[in-house]
Amino acid sequence: MESSMDYTNVRRTKEEKKMLRRQTKASHTLLKHEGISTVSHPTKHLVVSNGGLGNGVSRESLLEVLKEGGTVKSLLTPPTKPYAFVTYSSTQASQNAFTLLNGRSLMYSDQSVTLYFSYVERVDSERTVSCALPPGLSVLEDFVSIEEELQLLKAVDWRLDTDDITVHKALKHRRVKHYGYEFRYDNNNVDKDKPLPGGLPVECDALLQRCLTDGHISVLPDQLTVNQYQSGQGIPPHVDTHSAFEDPILSLSLGAKTVMDFKHPDGRSVSVLLPERSLLVMKGDSRYLWTHGITPRKFDVVPVSEDGGSGVLTSDLSNLTLNRRGTRTSLTFRKIRHTPCNCIHPSVCDSQQPPAPPTMPVVEADACCLEAQYVHQVYEEISSHFSSTRHSPWPQVRDFLLSLPPGAILVDIGCGNGKYLGINPEVMAVGCDRSANLVQICVERGYEAFVSDALSVPLRSGCCDACISIAVIHHFSTKERRQSAIRELIRLLKVGGRALIYVWAMEQEYNKQKSKYLKENKYEANAVTTSCMKTTEENNTNQQEEHISSVIRNTEDGSGDVTARRIHVHTNRTAFLSQDLLVPWHLKGNKDKNKEAASCSTEVSVEQSSQGPVFHRYYHVFNQGELEELCVSGVKVLRSYHDQGNWCVEVEKTNHIPSEIDIAMEK
Amino acid sequence: MWLLCFCNPILVIRCRNILLHTVEMKLLTHNMLTSHVKGVTKGYPLNIKATEVKVNEVDFNAQFVTRMIPKLEWGPLIQAAEVLGHSQDLPSTLIPNYENDEDFLRKVHRILLEVEVIEGSLQCPESGREFPISKGVPNMLLNEDE
Ligand SMILES: C[S@@+](CC[C@H](N)C(=O)[O-])C[C@H]1O[C@@H](n2cnc3c(N)ncnc32)[C@H](O)[C@@H]1O
Ligand SMILES: [Zn+2]
Repeated sequence: MESSMDYTNVRRTKEEKKMLRRQTKASHTLLKHEGISTVSHPTKHLVVSNGGLGNGVSRESLLEVLKEGGTVKSLLTPPTKPYAFVTYSSTQASQNAFTLLNGRSLMYSDQSVTLYFSYVERVDSERTVSCALPPGLSVLEDFVSIEEELQLLKAVDWRLDTDDITVHKALKHRRVKHYGYEFRYDNNNVDKDKPLPGGLPVECDALLQRCLTDGHISVLPDQLTVNQYQSGQGIPPHVDTHSAFEDPILSLSLGAKTVMDFKHPDGRSVSVLLPERSLLVMKGDSRYLWTHGITPRKFDVVPVSEDGGSGVLTSDLSNLTLNRRGTRTSLTFRKIRHTPCNCIHPSVCDSQQPPAPPTMPVVEADACCLEAQYVHQVYEEISSHFSSTRHSPWPQVRDFLLSLPPGAILVDIGCGNGKYLGINPEVMAVGCDRSANLVQICVERGYEAFVSDALSVPLRSGCCDACISIAVIHHFSTKERRQSAIRELIRLLKVGGRALIYVWAMEQEYNKQKSKYLKENKYEANAVTTSCMKTTEENNTNQQEEHISSVIRNTEDGSGDVTARRIHVHTNRTAFLSQDLLVPWHLKGNKDKNKEAASCSTEVSVEQSSQGPVFHRYYHVFNQGELEELCVSGVKVLRSYHDQGNWCVEVEKTNHIPSEIDIAMEK
Repeated sequence: MWLLCFCNPILVIRCRNILLHTVEMKLLTHNMLTSHVKGVTKGYPLNIKATEVKVNEVDFNAQFVTRMIPKLEWGPLIQAAEVLGHSQDLPSTLIPNYENDEDFLRKVHRILLEVEVIEGSLQCPESGREFPISKGVPNMLLNEDE
């Protein structure tokens, strides 16, 4: 008490006042942005603002200063953060440090930082995150000896490079050199029929043979790209072009260690230390789905233990420091691919992009074309395979149908194979769908159905007691058309009639529950649950959209081009990255029929992969509340809910809205 | 249990729905269908042109038919049944107290649920546009400019 009285009563100098102001500001910032609450009474623990790895202060230099205050028990330096936590052996010591060191300036990497200290109740060890490597990634330490390292570096000596055996360019960010085939940065591919004379340097033979015998590869690579990074240089995040190279990709680090950042399209990110002389093997997801890149900077945050340990860099926050980057030379060995890629990640696969990637419609005519090509023709082509996958009704839709009174007239708009038409035998059910093949299937199964478009259903206004539209309205590509489809459905209802509408939801995870759609993903199951440091808030749609764009567009030389709003291909059974997307359909079944489908559908969005043709269906997945917004005129929303990855509304028609036809008929 | 008879140019096939599961366009559906060609003001009812008609026995449910009748446009239903040769002397205006008239209900049941069009077309009464019915499926799709 007394001391604090003293403290406040002292007449402060201008400098002291300034410092106090900064100090207060620092602790506010900590609370606001980091959730760290400081306390005014002395404890053993202090948070050191501006004393973090994130603003260029190394553990060593910080520790040196902190020791002046007393015995340091532990020091926690979270990576990328502008602060550190120090725990002294006693409160006495920390109090001492506080008085002595608060406001101390440090000179570090050409700049001066001022340290501000605040007491904290405890150091939150839960901030320690553990991370797994991206699936398919491995780092093999000391894959080559120091002698081999020197020999390899000599083999690619840049100064001796005068002949035309290799191609060598100084890119904006680093030096590169190609062997076997030239990698072209204009199209991120290689000229597969223009091999470079000379092949790969003989100095690489031994290590490649070792890769072969150790089973890291099954065929020898035939392309080598050498990159030389000076300290401060990097490479933008990218996925190596799927169609250009086989799986896996090898990368040998020579001369100096570096930190490579891996990012999943959903925003997860993992930083991996690549020690000198280590071999990075990127297989599977880490080769096809995760981007990799090197942030251009002069220092990396690395584990304190200097015994060359590789691995993920977030495992132990108390154990990190800064490492000044040296000149690193990487040898990337790849095998040229001669057949289209058929990986399980179509959203990032250039071999599995639709022939002419469509863009979002600007005018009505565009929307019609888009839907004709990416919805109607596709359902027509996949009808029998699609129908064979649609049998079990969704329980809540069935409940709705069973709640209808006997003798009710029900119309199912976009009825598909008619799986809801026979649920309640007490009602008169009629289906309609745009796909003649699917309607034919309904009729063959004994249901009433006709072919028509949901935007113009040729039925008398008010003739229905109930309507359903299950998983249809998300196939319309503009808000106006989605709105019109709902207006048309409501027109068919009599006053007091009810409708149930289902559309696919952007939010595939709701109330912490993954939808069935996500759960059915066998490949991603593990990946999705690994929790790693997230780079961005995961629900920020725009950021995710940007992220996925960068995956596809960013080129290895960093010049990404931005074009019209292209609709991206979604990777099945993963979270949606944007609201408008193309969902691949891998056609299975009768071989001959597939051939026929592929040959007669030059305009259909189909391409042949080794397993069979892949079709792309356009979807607009709905945000929460978006469906209700479309149900405004002449209806009241009885309930709206999320059901297995869908947004759903049940509405009741409240009054008759005259349609164009009705108005015309009255005249 | 097949019974073939030829009424005018229309082929009528009589069968039990157990034997042939396919359901074709019923007159109940016809009763709801209307032309949606742009600019048309009198698009209802559609004229039926049938080249193949089937009578498909369906279990009679008096209550179901009774419930259905008030939802129908009676005149167009009788007209359509006449065109197909199945009006069974049903009156052109709906009779009162039909609820207890089983004979009447059976006749309505017949034209509503048992008489089906397999091949033919539906024609817009105003514009003359024809919508084909093939294998029992009416195709009501319009071209973009319609
Ligand atoms: C995902 S499926 C759903 C089918 C069915 N409702 C179910 O739940 O199984 C979408 C259906 O909408 C139909 N469809 C798409 N666009 C349509 C349109 N403009 N008018 C009518 N039907 C359409 C497709 O042909 C397809 O059968
Ligand atoms: Zn691929």
